[in-house]
Amino acid sequence: MKFAVLQFPGSNCDQDCVHVLRSVFGCPTELLWHKEYSVGDADAVFIPGGFSYGDYLRTGSIARFSPVMGAVKEFADNGGHVFGICNGFQILCEAGMLPGALIRNRSLQFRCEHVYLQTATRDSPFTGQIPEGKNLRLPIAHGEGNYFCDDKTLQSLEDNDRILFQYVDAEGDLTDHANPNGSLANIAGICNEKRNVAGMMPHPERAAEPALGGTDGRLIFESLIAALKTQSTLAPA
Amino acid sequence: MRSLGAQYFEGMKAKVIITPKRAVLDPQGKTVQTALEHMGCAGVREVRIGKYIEIEMDGDRETVEAKLSEYADKFLANPNIEDYRLVFED
Repeated sequence: MKFAVLQFPGSNCDQDCVHVLRSVFGCPTELLWHKEYSVGDADAVFIPGGFSYGDYLRTGSIARFSPVMGAVKEFADNGGHVFGICNGFQILCEAGMLPGALIRNRSLQFRCEHVYLQTATRDSPFTGQIPEGKNLRLPIAHGEGNYFCDDKTLQSLEDNDRILFQYVDAEGDLTDHANPNGSLANIAGICNEKRNVAGMMPHPERAAEPALGGTDGRLIFESLIAALKTQSTLAPA
Repeated sequence: MRSLGAQYFEGMKAKVIITPKRAVLDPQGKTVQTALEHMGCAGVREVRIGKYIEIEMDGDRETVEAKLSEYADKFLANPNIEDYRLVFED
């Protein structure tokens, strides 16, 4: 199981992702500079958090035109798994690989805190191993995490079970108060139609070891690793 | 140095004015509106905050307009959340 983690000028969670994939899960992982034209032999690609290109113009708007994003798009079009965290989610939306956009937080504040998430569907390669009914406690750190899309898109996300995570309170209730950024329908993460591309604002890579105060993030990595294993077992040799 | 005010510039001077779409929440606009009200500026109905980009470009108006529209659609503005208009200075 091989992973690639993209690195743009201004990425700052790239090493965290690499660390978790290599040290916590023992998976060979390559850091891929944004000027690369191929994702190599990676089984899945992570687009990490940070402030690519200083968040100039709009978050993710410049990174999406990096050479490596052409390769990532082709990889995803061929069924490859791509997961964007925070700025990675913003980049995937800007690239049109996920619908909608992440706009300025409703409060105008940069929010850096732990949130609770309910897993809205376990039917995805990114959520399959999350126990039924378990809410995840993960950190967020963003100023532009307010998910927005038009009504038709939101309907389609709901109808096709493409909302992966929603912000809830500590009791697990989906309330406006639990929504840290004003996202429509408390959306914290979604996937594409083919379910092989997903993005989320919270940081699972920052909650994958007990020393960091929580390990709920591991479940997302474990889900993807399990899905990739199943896929490679099913694929013709 | 070539600038928007320089007389010898022979291309086009364009302004791209980008605003959040009506349906999109504009927390900056709302905050400024509230501040205006608190300062005693009565009668403010709405404040929307967008972006303003000045571009100097070689070519005649038609060419520049076509090119900038293309790049505004795919890069300068995000059609999911923003509207834009091009303004030319002769």
